[in-house]
Amino acid sequence: MGIGNRTFGNTPAWIAALLLLALVAAAPLYAGVYTVILMISVLMYMVIAVSWAFFSGPTGYISLASAAFFGTGIYTSAIFGMVLPMPLVILLGALASSGLALLVGAITLRLKGIYFVMFTFGLVELMLNFILWWEVTISGTTGRVVPPMSNQTVFYSMLGILVVLVLVVFFVRRSTYGLALQSIGENEEAAAHSGVHVTAIKITTYAVSAFFMGAAGAVMATRWTYIDPKIAFNPLICFMPVLMAIFGGMRPLFGPIIGAAIFTYLEQYLITRFPYYYMLIFGAIMVVSILYMPEGLLGLVQKIRIRIREKQHANS
Amino acid sequence: MPILEGTGLTIRFGGLTAVSNVDFSVEQGEIFGLIGPNGAGKTTLFNLLSAALKPQSGSVRFKGQEITGLKPYRICRMGLARTFQVVKLFGNMNLLDNVLLAAAFGREHRINRVKAEEEAAELLEFVELPVGEETLAKELTLGRQKRLEVARALATRPDLLLLDEMMEGLNPTEVAKAMALVQKIQGRGVTVIMIEHVMKAIMTVCERIMVLHHGAKIAEGTPSQVSADKTVIEVYFGAKSNAGS
Repeated sequence: MGIGNRTFGNTPAWIAALLLLALVAAAPLYAGVYTVILMISVLMYMVIAVSWAFFSGPTGYISLASAAFFGTGIYTSAIFGMVLPMPLVILLGALASSGLALLVGAITLRLKGIYFVMFTFGLVELMLNFILWWEVTISGTTGRVVPPMSNQTVFYSMLGILVVLVLVVFFVRRSTYGLALQSIGENEEAAAHSGVHVTAIKITTYAVSAFFMGAAGAVMATRWTYIDPKIAFNPLICFMPVLMAIFGGMRPLFGPIIGAAIFTYLEQYLITRFPYYYMLIFGAIMVVSILYMPEGLLGLVQKIRIRIREKQHANS
Repeated sequence: MPILEGTGLTIRFGGLTAVSNVDFSVEQGEIFGLIGPNGAGKTTLFNLLSAALKPQSGSVRFKGQEITGLKPYRICRMGLARTFQVVKLFGNMNLLDNVLLAAAFGREHRINRVKAEEEAAELLEFVELPVGEETLAKELTLGRQKRLEVARALATRPDLLLLDEMMEGLNPTEVAKAMALVQKIQGRGVTVIMIEHVMKAIMTVCERIMVLHHGAKIAEGTPSQVSADKTVIEVYFGAKSNAGS
C-alpha cells in the first residue's frame, strides 16, 4: 500500500541504484562480448518497460502499441542512418515516435478499457502493413540495411537513454503533474471536475513515453544492421514490457527495471536450455506471479518487510 | 446579477426527457436547495451545470458568462466546483494528495506546490479531517469520504459549489455536522446549490428551494413557501407521508 511515490525518497535505494549504474556502465571494460550484447537487450527492454509504465502505470490505460513506437524509431534509423549523424538520427526517431503517439492519442485516448487496448494493438499491425506496402510498391524493397555502430556505442547510447528516462519519470512523479496522472487512473471524471485537463495530460504523457521507445528503436536498429517491417514491428515488443512491468511492479519506479532485467535474462536462459518449452515455462511463471504477487516483485518485497517490522514490534 | 442562471435547459435520453425546459437563477452568496422525488432530474441538472453533460437546448450562464458546452476542467477553473452523489475520490491516494490535486489544478493552477499543500492542509482541517495521516481515501468511512470530497471541491477555489446529496447515508450526528459545514462554506463566501433528500436539513439550511418533478420545475421559493405549495405536497410530500420527519 505504501509503495508508490513514497519509496523514492529512500536514500539507501538511490545509493544502491547509483552503484549498480556505475557497475553496469563499466561493463564493457571487464565483461565479454556476449555479456555486453545481452546487456544491450536488457537495457533496451528496460527503456521500453519504464516508458510503458510511465504512461500505463498511473493512468490505467493499457497500451499495446509499444512495438509501433519502437518500430517507428527503427525505421527512422534505417531511412536517415546513412545521411545524418547518429545523435540526430536518434532524436529524429524519438520525435517521429512521439509525433505518432500525439496523433494516435488525440484520436484514441477517448476510448476506454478494452477498446483502447485493442486499438493500440491494431496500430502495430497498421504500421507494419503500411510500411510493408510502402516499401514494396513505392521504394521497391522489403528490407533495409542500417549502418552499424560498435557494441560499445550501442551500449552507452541505450544506457544514456535509460538514465535520462529514469530521471524524467522520477521528477514527473514527484510533481503535481504526476499527481494528476495518478488521479486520472483513480477517477478520470473527478480529475476533470477538479480542474485537470485530462485529455492534454494523457496525450502529452503518451507522447513522452513514445519518445523514449522511439529513441531506443533508433539505437537498436544499428545493432541489428538489417531490418524489415516484420523485424521492426514485432508484436512481442507489445507484450513484453507489460509482462515485465507487472512482474517487477508497476507502481514503483524500479519495478519495470527489475522486471526487464529478470525477464530478459530468463528469456535467454530458457531459450538456450529449453528451446521447445521455453514459452510454456514463461507462461507458467507469469501466471504464478500474477496470482501470488499482484503488486509485482517489489510489492512482495515491501509486504515481507512490513511483516518483519510488525513481528519485531510484536516481540518488543 | 445572479451568479448562475439557467434558461430553457432541456436534455433527453432516448424517449425520456430528464430535464425539461428548466429556468432558474441563483443569487450570489445564497444556499439554494434542489429537491424532488427520485428520478426527478436533479443530478442530471447538476451534470448540465458542471458540463458533465451537454444540454440539447437551453443555456447556462455563470457570473454573466455563457458556459454551455465548455469542458469540465474549464468550468472548474472558472470557479464552479461540485461533489458527486456517489463519491468519486482518488481512492489509492492519501487525504492530502486528494485535496492537493484540486488546489494545484483548480482555479489558480500552477501555484507552487508548497503553497498548494498548505492550502490543502487548511481545507482538511476545515472539514475536520486529520491532516498528517497516511490513510488512503478509500479507507475512510462514508461520512468522512463525503467531507473529503467537499474539501477537494473547495480546494479549486470555487465561487459556486454544487453539493449532490452530501447527507445521504449519514447518521443523525453526521447530518448535523454536515449542515454546520454547509453554513461554514457559505461563510467563506461560496454560493451553494445542494441536492438533498434529508428534508430537515434542506428546510433549515436553504434560503430558497426549487422543486423538480419528472424533469420540470414545479415550484420555487423559500422553504415555507415551498412546503405550503399545493402541487409540491401532492407530488412530493403527499407521496411520502413521513417526509417531514
